[in-house]
Amino acid sequence: MMAKRISVWVAALIVPLLLAVPVYANMASEPFALTFFSRVLVFALAAISLNLMLGYGGMVSFGHALYLGLGAYSVGLLAQNGITNGWVQLAATVVICALAGVITGAISLRTTGIAFIMITLAFAQMFFYLFVSLKQYGGDDGLSIQARSDFGLFTLASPITLYYVALVLVLVALFFTKRLIDARFGMVLRGCRINERRMKAMGFPSLRYKLSAYVLSSVLCGVAGLLYANLTGFASPAYMAWTLSGEMIVIVVLGGMATVFGPLVGSLVLLLSEEILKAFTEHWMMILGPLIVLVVLTARRGVYGYLLDWDAWRERRKLAADARAKAEVKQ
Amino acid sequence: MSAMLKIYTLVKRYGGLLATDHVSLELAPGELHAIIGPNGAGKTTLIGQLGGEVAPGSGSIEFNGSDITSLSPAQRALRGLARSYQITSVFPEFTVLENVVLAMQAHCGHSFGFWKPVLKQKELIDPAFYAIGQAGLSHRAQTHVSELAHGERRQLELAMVMVAEPKLLLLDEPMAGMSHQESGKVVQMLQGLKGRYTILLVEHDMDAVFALADRISVLVYGRIIASGTPQEIRANEEVRAAYLGDEVLPI
Repeated sequence: MMAKRISVWVAALIVPLLLAVPVYANMASEPFALTFFSRVLVFALAAISLNLMLGYGGMVSFGHALYLGLGAYSVGLLAQNGITNGWVQLAATVVICALAGVITGAISLRTTGIAFIMITLAFAQMFFYLFVSLKQYGGDDGLSIQARSDFGLFTLASPITLYYVALVLVLVALFFTKRLIDARFGMVLRGCRINERRMKAMGFPSLRYKLSAYVLSSVLCGVAGLLYANLTGFASPAYMAWTLSGEMIVIVVLGGMATVFGPLVGSLVLLLSEEILKAFTEHWMMILGPLIVLVVLTARRGVYGYLLDWDAWRERRKLAADARAKAEVKQ
Repeated sequence: MSAMLKIYTLVKRYGGLLATDHVSLELAPGELHAIIGPNGAGKTTLIGQLGGEVAPGSGSIEFNGSDITSLSPAQRALRGLARSYQITSVFPEFTVLENVVLAMQAHCGHSFGFWKPVLKQKELIDPAFYAIGQAGLSHRAQTHVSELAHGERRQLELAMVMVAEPKLLLLDEPMAGMSHQESGKVVQMLQGLKGRYTILLVEHDMDAVFALADRISVLVYGRIIASGTPQEIRANEEVRAAYLGDEVLPI
């Protein structure tokens, strides 16, 4: 209830601003703003997918960029072979990421904790080196994508279309997250994070649910990869690198794990502060690093958690004031 | 009527220690059977084997006419054998209602529902509210578990076990760590459940055990040394010597 009200405020503030970005970019003739915010949205989408498994499911994957890369290569490899139909590319992305998710998930979910982190990292690195070794597809240098995804009704060749598609996908993903966590599946997923042993004792085949969340998360991240390939016109092994997986974790943790808006807020905050600090100094990491540490240390649920805590504090103060007022009336 | 639960010569060995020493036991439907015994007598090991978390060395367990010795805890739970834990293991981030709803979900088909909020599903909510009422927690239904007192958490634990109307309740020290007042409430509640459920109760609180049980088995060093009605147990010389020792009988 408290959380709901602040979410509405955040949505009411962020969504119109995001809607207005292309207008601003056009009027101020700063195409960079559009590219930049498209990147924010793509990373938000990837982080939303990671939040499903990491935040709500407690599965800390250190190889989630793998699916971003698989999505990007689905576009890249198909485009190189002359298939630019967006729907075909989307279907390929979904199937490939789901397959990779089922196989790697079924193996890595046999472990928990550090072992799980390491095994997801290992799988991502495996694919990373696989694509580095594919010389005919650019190898280390990556693959340049000449023609963008064409969805018939619209094509992602236009930066503005790409931006709005990303925005719609992010909003749909946020709404879906909200529904999912309150539905049966979400309850089981959250239960598994809090006390998996008890969940098993109650009769839940927990592996099945965790694996489903893992696959769902992989597919969603693959879609983010499809957008990313169209945004950069490129598919590269670097998209699967562990540094990118790490950045996705930072976005989720910074924004607020297991909160609906956390990943979007995290992506905005991280990429914006990166951009702003870069303008001041080339040693921007020296400033950004400690800032992230500070947020993680002081807020259990990241930047978005500050808002939730602030809202809860206001609610408590209001209740206390109401109680005082009532007491005074009685006197 | 035939027995609800039959245990045949169950043996569990931890190295040189015989934690369960050829235990045989039968529970009739509707019976409240208590197991008492000094610390380290193997009560929790026994309950663990019945719940399916501890694999017995030999012997077999028959529940409702079928052999369940090799079934997992989850499979046993779904067949109607529910257990509560000595150490409370509820979900602290959820509300009381959400905890019980989650427990109910396990018995209500699969949980691959991605859209409809659980708190709007009548088939989950109604039994949950009923069980919460039975456990005496109605006024706390919307409270987060992290705000509950210890005794209330134990009550919640019971609500979660009862919500799916199991055929057999395994209660592992439901009154552990409760204040006198709180355990009084639980005794009252169990009194209300008696006859409707078959209950196997492991408990240290002698007042509660003698007030509630139809039959009592005394476990010492993994072996059942006596089994009978509360009167018989109270009068049993061996029990006095072995278990109650030179302490003054609490009853």
